[in-house]
Amino acid sequence: MEFILVQTLSGLASAASLFLVASGLSIIFGVTRIVNFAHGAFYMLGAYMAFTLTDRWTGAFGFWGAIIAASLVVAVLGALMEMVLLRRIYQAPELFQLLATFGVTLMVQDIVVLIWGPEDLMGPRAPGFTGAVTVFGRMVPSYDFLLIALGPVVLGLLWLLFHYTRWGVLVRAATQDRDMVAALGVNQKWLFTSVFALGVFLAALGGALQIPRTTVSHSMDLAIIVEVFVVVVIGGLGSVLGAFVAAIIVSELNAFGILIFPKISLILVFLVMAVVLVIRPWGLFGKPESAPRPAAGLSIRPWRPFTPAERIAVAVGVFGAAVLPFFLGNYALTVGAEILVFVLFAASLHFLMTVGGLASFGHAAYFGLGAYGAAFLVKFTGAPMEAALLVGPLMGLAGAVVFGWFCVRLSGVYFAMLTLAFAQIAWSIAFQWVDVTGGDNGMLGIWPSTWASSPRGFFWLALGIAVVGVGILRVLVFSPFGYGLRASRDSALRSEAIGIDRRSMQWVAFIVAGTFAGISGATFAFLKGSVFPDFLGIPTSVDGLVMVLLGGIETVSGAVVGAVVYKALAIWLMSQTDLSKLVLGAIIVLLVVAFPKGIVGFLEDLRYRLRPPRANGAGPKTAGYGIAKVEAAE
Amino acid sequence: MTALLDVRNLAKSYGGVHAVRGVSFSLEAGQILALIGPNGAGKSTCFNMLNGQIRPNAGSITLAGQDITGLAPRVVWRKGVGRTFQITATFASMTVRENVQVALLSHHGKLWAAFRYAGAAYLKEAEALLALVGMEAQAARPCGELAYGDLKRLELAIALANDPKLLLMDEPTAGMAPKERVDLMRLTAGIAREKGIGVLFTEHDMDVVFEHADSVMVLNRGELIATGSPEAVRRDPQVRAIYLGDGLLYDAKHREGDAA
Amino acid sequence: MKKIIGSALAALVLATGAASAQQGEIKVGEINSYSALPAFTEPYRKGMELALKEINDAGGIKGKKLVIISKDDGGKPGDALTAANELVSRDGVVLLAGGFLSNVGLALADFAKQKKVLYIAAEPLTDAIVWSKGNDYTFRLRTSNYMQAAMLAEEAAKLPAKRWATIAPNYEFGQSFVAAFKELLTKRRPDVEFVAEQWPPLGKIDAGPVLQAIDAAKPDAILNATFAGDLVKLVREGNTRGVFKDRAVVSYLTGEPEYLDPLKEETPAGWIVTGYPWYSIKTAAHQAFLDAYQQLHKDYPRLGSIVGYSTVKSIAAVLTATDDHSTDGLAKAMKGLKVDTPFGSIVYRAADHQSTLGAYIGTTGIRDGKGIMVDPVFREGAAYLPSEADAAKLRPAN
Ligand SMILES: Nc1ncnc2c1ncn2[C@@H]1O[C@H](COP(=O)(O)OP(=O)(O)OP(=O)(O)O)[C@@H](O)[C@H]1O
Ligand SMILES: [Mg+2]
Repeated sequence: MEFILVQTLSGLASAASLFLVASGLSIIFGVTRIVNFAHGAFYMLGAYMAFTLTDRWTGAFGFWGAIIAASLVVAVLGALMEMVLLRRIYQAPELFQLLATFGVTLMVQDIVVLIWGPEDLMGPRAPGFTGAVTVFGRMVPSYDFLLIALGPVVLGLLWLLFHYTRWGVLVRAATQDRDMVAALGVNQKWLFTSVFALGVFLAALGGALQIPRTTVSHSMDLAIIVEVFVVVVIGGLGSVLGAFVAAIIVSELNAFGILIFPKISLILVFLVMAVVLVIRPWGLFGKPESAPRPAAGLSIRPWRPFTPAERIAVAVGVFGAAVLPFFLGNYALTVGAEILVFVLFAASLHFLMTVGGLASFGHAAYFGLGAYGAAFLVKFTGAPMEAALLVGPLMGLAGAVVFGWFCVRLSGVYFAMLTLAFAQIAWSIAFQWVDVTGGDNGMLGIWPSTWASSPRGFFWLALGIAVVGVGILRVLVFSPFGYGLRASRDSALRSEAIGIDRRSMQWVAFIVAGTFAGISGATFAFLKGSVFPDFLGIPTSVDGLVMVLLGGIETVSGAVVGAVVYKALAIWLMSQTDLSKLVLGAIIVLLVVAFPKGIVGFLEDLRYRLRPPRANGAGPKTAGYGIAKVEAAE
Repeated sequence: MTALLDVRNLAKSYGGVHAVRGVSFSLEAGQILALIGPNGAGKSTCFNMLNGQIRPNAGSITLAGQDITGLAPRVVWRKGVGRTFQITATFASMTVRENVQVALLSHHGKLWAAFRYAGAAYLKEAEALLALVGMEAQAARPCGELAYGDLKRLELAIALANDPKLLLMDEPTAGMAPKERVDLMRLTAGIAREKGIGVLFTEHDMDVVFEHADSVMVLNRGELIATGSPEAVRRDPQVRAIYLGDGLLYDAKHREGDAA
Repeated sequence: MKKIIGSALAALVLATGAASAQQGEIKVGEINSYSALPAFTEPYRKGMELALKEINDAGGIKGKKLVIISKDDGGKPGDALTAANELVSRDGVVLLAGGFLSNVGLALADFAKQKKVLYIAAEPLTDAIVWSKGNDYTFRLRTSNYMQAAMLAEEAAKLPAKRWATIAPNYEFGQSFVAAFKELLTKRRPDVEFVAEQWPPLGKIDAGPVLQAIDAAKPDAILNATFAGDLVKLVREGNTRGVFKDRAVVSYLTGEPEYLDPLKEETPAGWIVTGYPWYSIKTAAHQAFLDAYQQLHKDYPRLGSIVGYSTVKSIAAVLTATDDHSTDGLAKAMKGLKVDTPFGSIVYRAADHQSTLGAYIGTTGIRDGKGIMVDPVFREGAAYLPSEADAAKLRPAN
């Protein structure tokens, strides 16, 4: 009994820092709708900054002053980022801000190493809170009590702030309805900036308060960011109370879960999130999201298939790629094959995102399942490469059938987070089930058949698979199925009212995307000769997202270009410098600002401006459009 | 002969708000019925229940003798009910023609075809529907750049794609210029009479209502307070008192820009 | 659109430039997790630099300059394979070396087997790399999981403790270490029992609940295999909660400066650890290394420095041992190769390709506010390996 109480206390202490960071993320999302990937980076910066300041200022005042000062400094950095970077891209398609903040995260990871050095840093313990309090004969660190108290205190302060200040009321109003606040004549810019600063402050405070418990290191951000997202989603986006409750649930389940399943920590939060989202699609305290932002005005130029001239150009391009093996060396060809694999992976995600309107944060699951499917066939049945390439992706398909069925019941960020949860569950199975999957050591010796074992042969194989795959996906875009799918993306209301079964269509799209991801994964397994759990990991999913966004979310096949550019850049930077994250992050940020419609979207804009299609002046051009805008805001 | 649409005791409440209560009426094929009432009276809620978008708390909806209460919109649509929305809902990433083509593909059950070019499907029918609403010249234009009045006409074309027996039109002319409103309703009425489609529509512009409606129902705070011919409703003292007040009934201009 | 692939590839080739193969150079490839694990790979790199400088200052390999081309793997096996491929196919290196993480090491080992290149695994600790997944072209330098488990189990067996609890990071490294330790300790002490185990995820230990769970099982002794940030959390939390009081703790790798230094004055006293007490090693070989290292880098060495230094020394040794720099020639020369390291001379065993590099074992303590290993003793690696005949049986027949 005493033990249970003490374990509960430990869980509560862990919940506190999780809550601080999560509440910041939740507030930011609620008002600005930004999925702030850089939140973990600010958490880490808070810790580093606090380390530096507590090193300078000693004594109790010094310590606590340093914690607050560090959080404030980082909050200013956050506000700067919002003003310099995010303000420029609020109008860009949704998720673009995610890409931008992801770029910032990459940069920060390298920057902290440059500033603070590679070694783990250990800060001082909190003055006055170095000892322990004996509870039922067991010792509980007094700092734990401080953290336990801090959670409700911060929650209470936020509540007061939101209910008793004009600013707070505005923030709540904006969380409910952004347009309404704009209509009230409030300076939205500064509201957003201040909200962002508050959110970042909470993240930094969460980081700074970690100093007395652990070392500060450059991988702190990744260790927390995903967990924080999960907490926010379980609690319900935009709900601070939800974040509080979710942090406690997750931490307590972990504290007690490890007593029965010592290995549960790895996966627990994702299991909880999957269960919560399946039962309560908007999290514990969240409200149903209003219909996703209307697509109107985003993609003013309807898609069309290639013209004959463009077809010839594409054919020439494919031919050009096909003769590359006669000019390039082995290494370039292997890199080329890797790029081609990711072209198909990105194209499959692109199909789901742009045509289906479903942004998956866990697409790597199907890539990885395809890869493991192929590896299982080779290892357990001795199947040749050809058979494994055909049958292996079926595992990606099967995964998509099962996971997709649950996921398409949700939309927006909740959909994204459920896909993430399933991907993490798949990852943890690959990671834990050592007897079958080899755990983190992966499965080795998955080499291609002799005819494809030369870099040249494999390049052609990968090219063939990518061309056929991307081709099929393109055909699907312009097929009745693609139109129906796009219709349900454009307007759920209208599509349902003309007999389109949105869920089934999206489910099938999910399966199609998963299968093609599986095909690319299986190809990748043979390219690398091995499979590892990180194939299903979050970084792989994020890579896919970046490729799609970079290519252009409103294009038909932009992902192809996005994948080529991103992958080539990533491989090249990796080989050239140890600061590849810094450079890559900076490039992503620049691209986001310079090409908010993605590379292909930008090129299309350019072409359209240089050579507008035949003017079709019929009908009044703008009369009534203003009314439309107002109506839409009604 | 059973009525095309028969509604009995329809009710819906949101929390404490009775958006609609005890609404009953019926509609014959080829009949044009107007549902009017002040803002927030529950008109859109009625429409949304009729096409299945929201589930009524009580009451029944019968379409040509078949109970359709609580069916999903897409099922209701398959039974021959087309609708337009108060705030237009179209497919912004497609051309005008493609908007209609999608509806046609759905109507013909061809949406699952995966390896055909949808842009070439049912071209003739799509052109014909667009011509019917006077949009043939704009067929190739991106839907996203249409003027609002044109969007409303496009919605009508989409709503007609499944050869509906019943057309539900929620403020079909809101946001249009006065002349456009009259034109559109004239067009609709013509099509409905010719094809024998039953039409239920709501409208704030009384000129439009009284010119075309065979019969008018007045909704106030979720309850029907009057039903009858336009003339009878116009004279109904209760209607005048509660809703129409002092002469607003005759002064369409007064409500100009009301949609905003 | 495929056009763009072509031009991108072309750009890639132009930009990286064809590596010029100069006469009188021998190029070797090296891969490590520089960007992902800089805390461990920086000292390693510095060790390599020292060895390289010494070798080339002394005339290189029979008059030819030794050139090391280093690549980052970002901590991912897949990227390590890309790098390996670049080194072998484009840069034309004669052999590969490096690796920190076990899964990266195993991936590179498999690459070596497939592409028939020699691979000298520097830091990966997994036993599989030389045993269950060993191959003809892979050799491993560092004192392995099994060897260090054996050294620690020997000490653990001397303790009176009967009830043991284990804490290890939840991945293959932790799992295989704990398994080896359990087996070896039980062999020496059939009377011990393992009463609790905790497997926190790497880098994400929730130390309070984990320690509380361990404490609840009332063990006499604790085996720890967490390291880096996890270790710091564990130590702070455990010290405050008094979980380590009156309990023996055997802790893997904790004596390495990489992990011990961050603990500073909070270093727990009396833990039995393996590690690298550079401050109290008095052998001539080490002293020479220490002086040279401090002179070159103005910093003290970490264990990674020893590994990096010895890796390059091994490379030089094998390249000097034979003039046949084909893979088969090198692999043949690696078998039984003798190399002098700061820890004394080692041999790459012919039967299982494991080097006999030993390790220091001692107990933790504090001096001048810094954690140190007290009374460290060196354990010869050879003594803690199965016999060559037995080890050969652990390898796959191929
Ligand atoms: N989803 C909802 N939740 C809560 N209340 C609602 C909801 N939808 C409608 N209402 C309320 O129900 C009542 C009827 O709304 P409805 O939209 O049907 O009116 P209407 O007659 O169409 O008005 P208008 O002329 O402005 O379009 C209103 O009081 C409205 O506030
Ligand atoms: Mg309405």
